[in-house]
Amino acid sequence: MLCSRTHGPLPASTRSKMLMQISSANSQTLLSVENICKQFGDRKVLDHITLRVDEGQILTLIGPNGAGKTTLVRIALGLVEPDSGIVTQRPALRVGYMPQKVHVESTLPITVDRFMRLADNSDKKLIDSTLSMLNIAPLRQKQLVAISGGELQRVLLARALLRKPQLLVLDEPAQGVDLAGQAELYQLISRISKQSRCGVLMISHDLHLVMSSTDEVVCLNHHVCCHGKPEQVSNDPAYLDLFGDATAKALAVYTHDHNHEHDLTGNIKPVQHE
Amino acid sequence: MNNSILQLLITDFVIYALLAGLSLALVSGPLGSFIVWRRMSYFGDTLAHSSLLGIALGIITDINPQLSVILSCLAFAAILTLLDRKPSIATDTLLGILAHSTLALGIILLALTGSVRLNLEAYLFGALLTVDRTDLFWILAVTVFACAVLYGVWNRMLSATVHTELATIEGVNVERLNLLLVLVIALTIAVSMKIVGVLLITSLLIIPPAAARRFAHTPEQMAILASVIGALSVLAGLLGAFALDTPPGPSIVVVATTLFLVSFFLPERHRS
Repeated sequence: MLCSRTHGPLPASTRSKMLMQISSANSQTLLSVENICKQFGDRKVLDHITLRVDEGQILTLIGPNGAGKTTLVRIALGLVEPDSGIVTQRPALRVGYMPQKVHVESTLPITVDRFMRLADNSDKKLIDSTLSMLNIAPLRQKQLVAISGGELQRVLLARALLRKPQLLVLDEPAQGVDLAGQAELYQLISRISKQSRCGVLMISHDLHLVMSSTDEVVCLNHHVCCHGKPEQVSNDPAYLDLFGDATAKALAVYTHDHNHEHDLTGNIKPVQHE
Repeated sequence: MNNSILQLLITDFVIYALLAGLSLALVSGPLGSFIVWRRMSYFGDTLAHSSLLGIALGIITDINPQLSVILSCLAFAAILTLLDRKPSIATDTLLGILAHSTLALGIILLALTGSVRLNLEAYLFGALLTVDRTDLFWILAVTVFACAVLYGVWNRMLSATVHTELATIEGVNVERLNLLLVLVIALTIAVSMKIVGVLLITSLLIIPPAAARRFAHTPEQMAILASVIGALSVLAGLLGAFALDTPPGPSIVVVATTLFLVSFFLPERHRS
Protein backbone atom coordinates (compact mmCIF):
# COMPACT_ATOMS: atom_id res chain seq x y z
CA MET A 1 0.00 0.00 0.00
CA LEU A 2 2.29 2.73 1.16
CA CYS A 3 6.05 2.65 1.18
CA SER A 4 6.24 0.24 4.00
CA ARG A 5 8.04 -2.82 2.77
CA THR A 6 11.26 -3.79 4.47
CA HIS A 7 13.08 -2.54 1.38
CA GLY A 8 11.09 0.67 1.15
CA PRO A 9 12.99 3.90 0.75
CA LEU A 10 13.73 5.97 3.76
CA PRO A 11 12.28 9.41 4.29
CA ALA A 12 14.44 12.17 2.87
CA SER A 13 15.34 13.39 6.33
CA THR A 14 16.89 10.04 7.22
CA ARG A 15 18.61 9.87 3.87
CA SER A 16 20.33 13.19 4.26
CA LYS A 17 21.45 12.33 7.78
CA MET A 18 22.88 9.06 6.58
CA LEU A 19 24.76 10.39 3.64
CA MET A 20 27.83 12.12 4.93
CA GLN A 21 29.15 14.60 2.48
CA ILE A 22 32.63 14.32 1.11
CA SER A 23 34.52 17.51 1.77
CA SER A 24 38.23 17.02 1.95
CA ALA A 25 38.65 13.51 0.57
CA ASN A 26 39.80 12.70 -2.94
CA SER A 27 38.20 15.31 -5.21
CA GLN A 28 37.75 12.69 -7.94
CA THR A 29 35.59 10.53 -5.69
CA LEU A 30 31.86 10.55 -6.35
CA LEU A 31 30.73 7.93 -3.92
CA SER A 32 32.31 5.72 -1.33
CA VAL A 33 31.10 3.16 1.15
CA GLU A 34 33.21 2.01 4.08
CA ASN A 35 32.84 -1.07 6.25
CA ILE A 36 29.19 -1.54 5.38
CA CYS A 37 27.39 -4.32 7.29
CA LYS A 38 23.77 -5.28 6.81
CA GLN A 39 21.69 -8.06 8.24
CA PHE A 40 18.11 -9.09 7.40
CA GLY A 41 16.79 -11.05 10.37
CA ASP A 42 19.63 -13.41 11.25
CA ARG A 43 20.92 -13.55 7.69
CA LYS A 44 24.09 -11.56 7.23
CA VAL A 45 23.89 -10.03 3.76
CA LEU A 46 26.83 -7.65 3.73
CA ASP A 47 29.96 -8.04 5.80
CA HIS A 48 32.33 -5.07 6.00
CA ILE A 49 32.13 -3.89 2.41
CA THR A 50 34.30 -1.01 1.27
CA LEU A 51 34.40 0.43 -2.23
CA ARG A 52 34.68 3.70 -4.10
CA VAL A 53 33.59 5.10 -7.44
CA ASP A 54 35.56 7.94 -9.05
CA GLU A 55 34.73 10.29 -11.91
CA GLY A 56 34.77 8.52 -15.27
CA GLN A 57 35.34 5.15 -13.63
CA ILE A 58 33.22 2.09 -14.33
CA LEU A 59 32.97 -0.27 -11.40
CA THR A 60 31.13 -3.55 -11.89
CA LEU A 61 29.76 -5.67 -9.08
CA ILE A 62 29.49 -9.34 -9.90
CA GLY A 63 28.46 -12.26 -7.75
CA PRO A 64 25.93 -15.08 -7.47
CA ASN A 65 22.23 -14.57 -6.76
CA GLY A 66 21.60 -13.43 -3.22
CA ALA A 67 25.16 -12.19 -2.79
CA GLY A 68 23.95 -8.79 -1.57
CA LYS A 69 24.73 -6.81 -4.72
CA THR A 70 21.38 -5.00 -4.95
CA THR A 71 21.33 -4.35 -1.18
CA LEU A 72 24.79 -2.81 -1.40
CA VAL A 73 23.71 -0.55 -4.26
CA ARG A 74 20.56 0.50 -2.39
CA ILE A 75 22.63 1.34 0.67
CA ALA A 76 25.06 3.35 -1.48
CA LEU A 77 22.08 5.28 -2.88
CA GLY A 78 20.65 5.99 0.57
CA LEU A 79 17.50 3.95 -0.06
CA VAL A 80 18.32 1.48 2.71
CA GLU A 81 20.10 2.20 5.95
CA PRO A 82 23.13 0.03 6.75
CA ASP A 83 23.49 -1.55 10.21
CA SER A 84 26.95 -0.06 10.40
CA GLY A 85 29.43 1.64 8.11
CA ILE A 86 29.66 4.98 6.36
CA VAL A 87 28.24 6.09 3.02
CA THR A 88 29.74 9.24 1.56
CA GLN A 89 28.50 11.07 -1.50
CA ARG A 90 29.96 14.14 -3.16
CA PRO A 91 27.79 17.13 -2.22
CA ALA A 92 24.79 17.63 -4.55
CA LEU A 93 25.73 14.52 -6.50
CA ARG A 94 23.39 13.97 -9.46
CA VAL A 95 22.59 10.27 -9.64
CA GLY A 96 20.92 8.48 -12.53
CA TYR A 97 19.47 5.21 -11.28
CA MET A 98 18.24 2.24 -13.22
CA PRO A 99 16.48 -0.15 -10.85
CA GLN A 100 16.51 -3.90 -11.36
CA LYS A 101 12.79 -4.51 -11.46
CA VAL A 102 10.09 -2.17 -12.57
CA HIS A 103 6.56 -3.36 -12.17
CA VAL A 104 4.30 -1.40 -14.47
CA GLU A 105 0.80 -1.28 -13.00
CA SER A 106 -1.63 -2.36 -15.72
CA THR A 107 -4.34 0.02 -14.54
CA LEU A 108 -2.04 2.99 -15.16
CA PRO A 109 -2.12 4.25 -18.74
CA ILE A 110 1.20 5.91 -19.42
CA THR A 111 3.20 6.32 -22.61
CA VAL A 112 6.98 6.07 -22.80
CA ASP A 113 6.97 9.80 -23.53
CA ARG A 114 4.97 10.68 -20.41
CA PHE A 115 7.17 8.35 -18.33
CA MET A 116 10.25 10.23 -19.53
CA ARG A 117 8.61 13.55 -18.70
CA LEU A 118 8.14 12.43 -15.09
CA ALA A 119 11.88 12.92 -14.60
CA ASP A 120 12.87 16.18 -12.98
CA ASN A 121 14.70 17.29 -16.11
CA SER A 122 12.17 16.86 -18.89
CA ASP A 123 13.69 19.08 -21.55
CA LYS A 124 12.06 17.99 -24.80
CA LYS A 125 15.22 18.17 -26.91
CA LEU A 126 17.13 16.12 -24.37
CA ILE A 127 14.40 13.46 -24.38
CA ASP A 128 14.56 13.38 -28.19
CA SER A 129 18.31 12.95 -28.33
CA THR A 130 18.44 10.42 -25.49
CA LEU A 131 15.76 8.23 -27.03
CA SER A 132 17.48 8.36 -30.42
CA MET A 133 20.86 7.54 -28.89
CA LEU A 134 19.35 4.38 -27.41
CA ASN A 135 17.47 3.63 -30.65
CA ILE A 136 14.08 3.69 -28.95
CA ALA A 137 12.60 6.82 -30.51
CA PRO A 138 9.90 4.73 -32.26
CA LEU A 139 8.63 3.54 -28.85
CA ARG A 140 7.81 7.06 -27.74
CA GLN A 141 4.01 6.96 -28.05
CA LYS A 142 3.73 3.30 -27.00
CA GLN A 143 2.19 2.36 -23.66
CA LEU A 144 4.75 1.41 -21.02
CA VAL A 145 2.87 -1.84 -20.29
CA ALA A 146 3.00 -2.80 -23.97
CA ILE A 147 6.76 -2.78 -24.57
CA SER A 148 9.05 -5.77 -24.07
CA GLY A 149 11.40 -6.32 -21.12
CA GLY A 150 14.47 -5.45 -23.18
CA GLU A 151 12.82 -2.28 -24.49
CA LEU A 152 11.81 -1.30 -20.96
CA GLN A 153 15.47 -1.61 -19.88
CA ARG A 154 16.48 0.95 -22.51
CA VAL A 155 13.63 3.25 -21.52
CA LEU A 156 14.83 3.09 -17.92
CA LEU A 157 18.41 3.83 -18.98
CA ALA A 158 17.12 6.78 -20.99
CA ARG A 159 15.28 8.14 -17.96
CA ALA A 160 18.43 7.77 -15.84
CA LEU A 161 20.45 9.66 -18.47
CA LEU A 162 17.95 12.56 -18.61
CA ARG A 163 19.31 13.84 -15.32
CA LYS A 164 22.76 14.30 -16.93
CA PRO A 165 24.08 12.23 -14.04
CA GLN A 166 27.53 12.52 -12.53
CA LEU A 167 27.04 8.95 -11.32
CA LEU A 168 25.07 6.25 -13.11
CA VAL A 169 23.90 3.37 -10.95
CA LEU A 170 22.70 0.42 -13.00
CA ASP A 171 21.22 -2.75 -11.51
CA GLU A 172 21.58 -5.45 -14.16
CA PRO A 173 21.05 -3.08 -17.06
CA ALA A 174 21.12 -5.81 -19.69
CA GLN A 175 18.56 -8.20 -18.29
CA GLY A 176 15.99 -9.16 -20.87
CA VAL A 177 18.12 -7.73 -23.66
CA ASP A 178 19.23 -10.25 -26.29
CA LEU A 179 22.87 -11.29 -26.34
CA ALA A 180 23.99 -9.12 -29.26
CA GLY A 181 22.08 -6.19 -27.78
CA GLN A 182 23.76 -6.73 -24.41
CA ALA A 183 27.26 -6.24 -25.81
CA GLU A 184 26.09 -3.10 -27.58
CA LEU A 185 24.44 -1.77 -24.42
CA TYR A 186 27.62 -2.22 -22.38
CA GLN A 187 29.63 -0.49 -25.11
CA LEU A 188 27.16 2.38 -25.06
CA ILE A 189 27.44 2.72 -21.27
CA SER A 190 31.21 2.76 -21.59
CA ARG A 191 31.00 5.47 -24.28
CA ILE A 192 28.66 7.61 -22.19
CA SER A 193 31.01 7.31 -19.23
CA LYS A 194 34.02 8.39 -21.30
CA GLN A 195 32.20 11.27 -23.00
CA SER A 196 30.66 12.82 -19.91
CA ARG A 197 33.23 11.70 -17.33
CA CYS A 198 30.39 10.19 -15.34
CA GLY A 199 31.13 7.39 -12.93
CA VAL A 200 29.28 4.11 -13.28
CA LEU A 201 28.38 1.65 -10.55
CA MET A 202 26.89 -1.37 -12.21
CA ILE A 203 25.65 -4.79 -11.22
CA SER A 204 26.09 -7.48 -13.80
CA HIS A 205 26.06 -11.24 -13.96
CA ASP A 206 28.16 -11.53 -17.05
CA LEU A 207 31.79 -10.64 -16.59
CA HIS A 208 32.59 -11.90 -20.08
CA LEU A 209 30.39 -9.19 -21.54
CA VAL A 210 31.42 -6.30 -19.31
CA MET A 211 35.14 -7.20 -19.44
CA SER A 212 36.03 -4.75 -22.18
CA SER A 213 33.97 -1.88 -20.80
CA THR A 214 34.73 -1.95 -17.09
CA ASP A 215 37.68 -0.47 -15.21
CA GLU A 216 37.30 -2.37 -12.00
CA VAL A 217 35.45 -5.49 -10.95
CA VAL A 218 34.36 -6.30 -7.43
CA CYS A 219 33.35 -9.88 -6.90
CA LEU A 220 30.84 -9.98 -4.08
CA ASN A 221 29.44 -12.85 -2.06
CA HIS A 222 28.36 -11.18 1.22
CA HIS A 223 32.01 -10.10 1.51
CA VAL A 224 34.39 -8.89 -1.17
CA CYS A 225 35.88 -12.09 -2.60
CA CYS A 226 38.28 -10.35 -4.91
CA HIS A 227 38.60 -7.12 -6.81
CA GLY A 228 40.75 -5.55 -9.46
CA LYS A 229 40.99 -5.22 -13.20
CA PRO A 230 38.70 -7.61 -15.06
CA GLU A 231 41.60 -9.75 -16.34
CA GLN A 232 42.95 -10.13 -12.81
CA VAL A 233 39.60 -11.05 -11.37
CA SER A 234 38.77 -13.61 -14.02
CA ASN A 235 41.93 -15.51 -13.07
CA ASP A 236 41.60 -15.03 -9.35
CA PRO A 237 41.21 -18.30 -7.39
CA ALA A 238 38.35 -16.77 -5.36
CA TYR A 239 36.47 -15.92 -8.56
CA LEU A 240 37.10 -19.37 -10.04
CA ASP A 241 36.02 -20.92 -6.78
CA LEU A 242 32.83 -18.88 -6.62
CA PHE A 243 31.63 -19.53 -10.14
CA GLY A 244 33.16 -22.99 -10.54
CA ASP A 245 36.36 -23.46 -12.48
CA ALA A 246 34.80 -24.78 -15.65
CA THR A 247 32.01 -22.21 -15.83
CA ALA A 248 34.35 -19.36 -15.12
CA LYS A 249 36.76 -20.43 -17.82
CA ALA A 250 33.99 -21.03 -20.29
CA LEU A 251 32.62 -17.59 -19.58
CA ALA A 252 36.00 -15.93 -19.72
CA VAL A 253 36.91 -17.30 -23.15
CA TYR A 254 33.47 -16.79 -24.56
CA THR A 255 33.55 -14.75 -27.74
CA HIS A 256 30.53 -13.83 -29.71
CA ASP A 257 30.92 -15.21 -33.19
CA HIS A 258 28.38 -14.02 -35.69
CA ASN A 259 28.68 -13.22 -39.32
CA HIS A 260 26.44 -10.20 -38.83
CA GLU A 261 25.38 -7.83 -36.09
CA HIS A 262 22.10 -6.34 -34.96
CA ASP A 263 21.56 -2.89 -33.61
CA LEU A 264 19.46 -2.32 -30.48
CA THR A 265 16.19 -2.48 -32.36
CA GLY A 266 17.12 -5.81 -33.92
CA ASN A 267 17.87 -4.55 -37.43
CA ILE A 268 20.90 -6.04 -39.12
CA LYS A 269 23.73 -3.57 -39.16
CA PRO A 270 25.93 -2.98 -42.21
CA VAL A 271 29.10 -5.06 -41.90
CA GLN A 272 32.05 -3.18 -40.46
CA HIS A 273 35.52 -4.24 -41.48
CA GLU A 274 38.23 -3.48 -39.02
CA MET B 1 -45.21 12.18 -13.84
CA ASN B 2 -42.98 14.51 -15.87
CA ASN B 3 -44.43 17.43 -14.03
CA SER B 4 -43.72 16.02 -10.62
CA ILE B 5 -40.11 15.27 -11.54
CA LEU B 6 -39.69 18.81 -12.77
CA GLN B 7 -41.12 20.15 -9.55
CA LEU B 8 -38.74 17.99 -7.57
CA LEU B 9 -35.78 19.18 -9.59
CA ILE B 10 -36.16 22.77 -8.55
CA THR B 11 -36.45 22.19 -4.84
CA ASP B 12 -33.54 23.01 -2.55
CA PHE B 13 -32.83 19.53 -1.34
CA VAL B 14 -32.51 18.19 -4.86
CA ILE B 15 -30.15 20.96 -5.84
CA TYR B 16 -28.05 20.29 -2.72
CA ALA B 17 -28.07 16.58 -3.47
CA LEU B 18 -27.04 17.17 -7.05
CA LEU B 19 -24.23 19.57 -6.16
CA ALA B 20 -22.94 17.24 -3.44
CA GLY B 21 -22.97 14.28 -5.80
CA LEU B 22 -21.30 16.15 -8.66
CA SER B 23 -18.71 17.50 -6.26
CA LEU B 24 -17.79 13.99 -5.14
CA ALA B 25 -17.71 12.87 -8.78
CA LEU B 26 -15.23 15.63 -9.55
CA VAL B 27 -12.79 14.45 -6.82
CA SER B 28 -13.35 10.79 -7.56
CA GLY B 29 -11.68 11.20 -10.97
CA PRO B 30 -8.14 12.12 -9.92
CA LEU B 31 -8.29 10.76 -6.36
CA GLY B 32 -9.94 7.49 -7.38
CA SER B 33 -7.35 7.03 -10.13
CA PHE B 34 -4.53 7.19 -7.57
CA ILE B 35 -6.42 4.73 -5.35
CA VAL B 36 -6.70 2.34 -8.30
CA TRP B 37 -3.10 2.78 -9.46
CA ARG B 38 -1.75 2.30 -5.94
CA ARG B 39 -4.09 -0.58 -5.14
CA MET B 40 -5.47 1.25 -2.13
CA SER B 41 -9.16 0.48 -2.56
CA TYR B 42 -9.21 -1.83 0.45
CA PHE B 43 -7.53 0.89 2.47
CA GLY B 44 -10.33 3.31 1.50
CA ASP B 45 -12.95 0.71 2.33
CA THR B 46 -11.49 0.13 5.79
CA LEU B 47 -11.38 3.84 6.44
CA ALA B 48 -15.01 4.21 5.37
CA HIS B 49 -16.20 1.31 7.52
CA SER B 50 -14.35 2.57 10.55
CA SER B 51 -15.93 6.02 10.20
CA LEU B 52 -19.21 4.51 11.44
CA LEU B 53 -17.41 3.98 14.72
CA GLY B 54 -16.44 7.64 14.53
CA ILE B 55 -20.09 8.65 14.18
CA ALA B 56 -21.07 6.53 17.18
CA LEU B 57 -18.27 8.01 19.26
CA GLY B 58 -19.34 11.47 18.14
CA ILE B 59 -22.90 10.87 19.31
CA ILE B 60 -21.75 9.47 22.64
CA THR B 61 -19.37 12.36 23.32
CA ASP B 62 -21.83 14.85 21.81
CA ILE B 63 -19.49 16.57 19.34
CA ASN B 64 -20.57 17.99 16.01
CA PRO B 65 -21.21 14.89 13.82
CA GLN B 66 -19.34 16.19 10.76
CA LEU B 67 -16.36 17.10 12.91
CA SER B 68 -16.38 13.73 14.70
CA VAL B 69 -16.40 11.85 11.38
CA ILE B 70 -13.53 13.93 10.03
CA LEU B 71 -11.51 13.50 13.23
CA SER B 72 -12.11 9.76 13.37
CA CYS B 73 -11.24 9.31 9.67
CA LEU B 74 -7.97 11.16 10.21
CA ALA B 75 -7.24 9.13 13.36
CA PHE B 76 -7.93 5.82 11.62
CA ALA B 77 -5.86 6.88 8.62
CA ALA B 78 -2.96 7.61 10.97
CA ILE B 79 -3.39 4.27 12.77
CA LEU B 80 -3.53 2.33 9.50
CA THR B 81 -0.44 4.11 8.19
CA LEU B 82 1.49 3.32 11.37
CA LEU B 83 0.36 -0.31 11.45
CA ASP B 84 1.30 -0.73 7.82
CA ARG B 85 4.81 0.53 8.48
CA LYS B 86 5.70 -2.39 10.71
CA PRO B 87 3.80 -5.20 9.01
CA SER B 88 3.32 -8.17 11.32
CA ILE B 89 0.61 -9.74 9.16
CA ALA B 90 -0.32 -9.29 5.50
CA THR B 91 -1.77 -5.85 4.82
CA ASP B 92 -5.03 -7.11 3.34
CA THR B 93 -5.67 -9.36 6.34
CA LEU B 94 -5.02 -6.47 8.71
CA LEU B 95 -7.34 -4.18 6.73
CA GLY B 96 -10.03 -6.87 6.60
CA ILE B 97 -9.94 -7.35 10.36
CA LEU B 98 -10.07 -3.62 11.07
CA ALA B 99 -12.75 -2.86 8.47
CA HIS B 100 -15.24 -5.30 9.85
CA SER B 101 -14.46 -5.09 13.55
CA THR B 102 -14.80 -1.28 13.53
CA LEU B 103 -18.02 -1.54 11.51
CA ALA B 104 -19.45 -4.08 13.97
CA LEU B 105 -18.37 -2.00 16.94
CA GLY B 106 -19.86 1.12 15.36
CA ILE B 107 -23.23 -0.58 14.79
CA ILE B 108 -23.30 -1.87 18.39
CA LEU B 109 -22.48 1.56 19.82
CA LEU B 110 -25.12 3.22 17.63
CA ALA B 111 -27.68 0.66 18.80
CA LEU B 112 -26.75 1.32 22.43
CA THR B 113 -27.31 5.06 22.05
CA GLY B 114 -30.84 4.15 20.98
CA SER B 115 -31.92 7.44 19.52
CA VAL B 116 -30.41 6.97 16.11
CA ARG B 117 -31.40 3.40 15.55
CA LEU B 118 -33.67 4.33 12.68
CA ASN B 119 -30.87 6.17 10.94
CA LEU B 120 -28.55 3.20 10.62
CA GLU B 121 -29.61 2.66 7.03
CA ALA B 122 -28.78 6.25 6.22
CA TYR B 123 -25.25 5.83 7.57
CA LEU B 124 -24.68 2.57 5.75
CA PHE B 125 -26.17 3.46 2.38
CA GLY B 126 -26.27 7.23 2.40
CA ALA B 127 -29.03 9.80 2.66
CA LEU B 128 -28.30 12.06 -0.26
CA LEU B 129 -31.62 13.87 -0.07
CA THR B 130 -30.98 14.97 3.51
CA VAL B 131 -27.80 16.86 2.52
CA ASP B 132 -28.23 20.35 3.95
CA ARG B 133 -26.43 23.64 3.48
CA THR B 134 -23.76 22.80 6.09
CA ASP B 135 -23.08 19.37 4.59
CA LEU B 136 -22.77 20.91 1.16
CA PHE B 137 -20.36 23.50 2.48
CA TRP B 138 -18.09 20.77 3.92
CA ILE B 139 -18.26 18.73 0.73
CA LEU B 140 -17.42 21.70 -1.49
CA ALA B 141 -14.59 22.80 0.81
CA VAL B 142 -13.00 19.34 0.80
CA THR B 143 -13.46 19.06 -2.97
CA VAL B 144 -11.65 22.34 -3.56
CA PHE B 145 -8.91 21.34 -1.11
CA ALA B 146 -8.48 17.84 -2.58
CA CYS B 147 -8.40 19.07 -6.18
CA ALA B 148 -5.95 21.86 -5.34
CA VAL B 149 -3.61 19.47 -3.49
CA LEU B 150 -3.70 16.83 -6.24
CA TYR B 151 -3.18 19.46 -8.94
CA GLY B 152 -0.23 20.91 -7.05
CA VAL B 153 1.64 17.64 -6.51
CA TRP B 154 0.35 15.84 -9.62
CA ASN B 155 3.65 15.14 -11.36
CA ARG B 156 5.51 14.18 -8.19
CA MET B 157 2.64 12.01 -6.96
CA LEU B 158 2.53 10.29 -10.33
CA SER B 159 6.28 9.73 -10.30
CA ALA B 160 6.08 8.22 -6.80
CA THR B 161 3.21 6.00 -7.94
CA VAL B 162 5.03 4.69 -11.01
CA HIS B 163 8.26 3.93 -9.16
CA THR B 164 8.90 4.83 -5.54
CA GLU B 165 12.67 4.52 -5.68
CA LEU B 166 13.20 6.38 -8.94
CA ALA B 167 11.12 9.20 -7.50
CA THR B 168 13.17 9.17 -4.27
CA ILE B 169 16.47 9.31 -6.16
CA GLU B 170 15.13 12.18 -8.24
CA GLY B 171 14.45 14.14 -5.08
CA VAL B 172 10.74 13.53 -4.52
CA ASN B 173 9.75 13.31 -0.86
CA VAL B 174 7.75 10.11 -1.24
CA GLU B 175 6.91 9.72 2.43
CA ARG B 176 5.32 13.15 2.63
CA LEU B 177 3.31 12.56 -0.54
CA ASN B 178 1.98 9.27 0.85
CA LEU B 179 0.77 11.04 3.97
CA LEU B 180 -0.79 13.80 1.90
CA LEU B 181 -2.69 11.28 -0.22
CA VAL B 182 -3.96 9.47 2.87
CA LEU B 183 -5.08 12.81 4.33
CA VAL B 184 -7.02 13.68 1.17
CA ILE B 185 -8.63 10.23 1.03
CA ALA B 186 -9.65 10.43 4.70
CA LEU B 187 -11.19 13.89 4.29
CA THR B 188 -13.04 12.91 1.11
CA ILE B 189 -14.49 9.78 2.69
CA ALA B 190 -15.50 11.67 5.82
CA VAL B 191 -17.52 14.31 3.97
CA SER B 192 -19.02 12.05 1.32
CA MET B 193 -20.54 9.63 3.81
CA LYS B 194 -23.95 11.30 3.52
CA ILE B 195 -23.94 10.84 -0.24
CA VAL B 196 -23.54 7.08 -0.59
CA GLY B 197 -22.95 5.78 2.94
CA VAL B 198 -20.00 3.97 4.50
CA LEU B 199 -20.56 0.73 2.61
CA LEU B 200 -20.61 2.32 -0.83
CA ILE B 201 -18.16 5.23 -0.70
CA THR B 202 -15.16 3.36 -2.08
CA SER B 203 -17.18 2.13 -5.04
CA LEU B 204 -17.81 5.69 -6.14
CA LEU B 205 -14.09 6.40 -5.86
CA ILE B 206 -12.87 3.39 -7.83
CA ILE B 207 -15.58 2.41 -10.33
CA PRO B 208 -15.37 5.57 -12.50
CA PRO B 209 -11.55 5.31 -12.92
CA ALA B 210 -11.89 1.59 -13.65
CA ALA B 211 -14.47 2.38 -16.33
CA ALA B 212 -12.21 5.09 -17.78
CA ARG B 213 -9.08 2.94 -17.93
CA ARG B 214 -9.68 1.40 -21.35
CA PHE B 215 -10.19 4.74 -23.07
CA ALA B 216 -7.22 6.58 -21.63
CA HIS B 217 -3.69 6.83 -22.99
CA THR B 218 -2.33 9.08 -20.28
CA PRO B 219 -2.91 9.32 -16.54
CA GLU B 220 -4.50 12.75 -17.03
CA GLN B 221 -7.02 11.44 -19.56
CA MET B 222 -7.99 8.68 -17.16
CA ALA B 223 -8.53 11.11 -14.28
CA ILE B 224 -10.64 13.55 -16.31
CA LEU B 225 -12.68 10.81 -17.99
CA ALA B 226 -13.30 9.24 -14.57
CA SER B 227 -14.70 12.55 -13.31
CA VAL B 228 -17.04 12.69 -16.33
CA ILE B 229 -18.19 9.09 -15.79
CA GLY B 230 -18.71 9.84 -12.09
CA ALA B 231 -20.81 12.90 -12.92
CA LEU B 232 -22.93 10.93 -15.40
CA SER B 233 -23.49 8.26 -12.74
CA VAL B 234 -24.65 10.87 -10.23
CA LEU B 235 -27.02 12.53 -12.72
CA ALA B 236 -28.51 9.31 -14.06
CA GLY B 237 -28.59 7.70 -10.60
CA LEU B 238 -30.50 10.62 -9.11
CA LEU B 239 -32.97 10.78 -12.00
CA GLY B 240 -33.49 7.03 -11.77
CA ALA B 241 -34.00 7.26 -8.01
CA PHE B 242 -36.79 9.84 -8.51
CA ALA B 243 -38.42 8.02 -11.39
CA LEU B 244 -38.37 4.59 -9.75
CA ASP B 245 -38.43 5.69 -6.13
CA THR B 246 -35.21 3.83 -5.31
CA PRO B 247 -32.59 4.91 -2.73
CA PRO B 248 -30.29 7.47 -4.44
CA GLY B 249 -26.89 6.28 -3.14
CA PRO B 250 -27.21 2.67 -4.33
CA SER B 251 -28.82 3.90 -7.58
CA ILE B 252 -25.74 6.02 -8.34
CA VAL B 253 -23.45 3.04 -7.66
CA VAL B 254 -25.55 0.79 -9.92
CA VAL B 255 -25.37 3.32 -12.76
CA ALA B 256 -21.58 3.61 -12.32
CA THR B 257 -21.22 -0.16 -12.41
CA THR B 258 -23.39 -0.34 -15.53
CA LEU B 259 -21.14 2.23 -17.22
CA PHE B 260 -18.11 0.15 -16.16
CA LEU B 261 -19.64 -2.97 -17.73
CA VAL B 262 -20.61 -1.08 -20.89
CA SER B 263 -17.00 0.12 -21.20
CA PHE B 264 -15.98 -3.45 -21.93
CA PHE B 265 -18.25 -3.64 -24.95
CA LEU B 266 -17.10 -0.38 -26.48
CA PRO B 267 -14.07 -0.52 -28.76
CA GLU B 268 -10.86 0.40 -26.97
CA ARG B 269 -9.20 3.59 -28.13
CA HIS B 270 -6.18 2.92 -30.27
CA ARG B 271 -3.59 5.38 -31.38
CA SER B 272 -1.88 4.66 -34.65
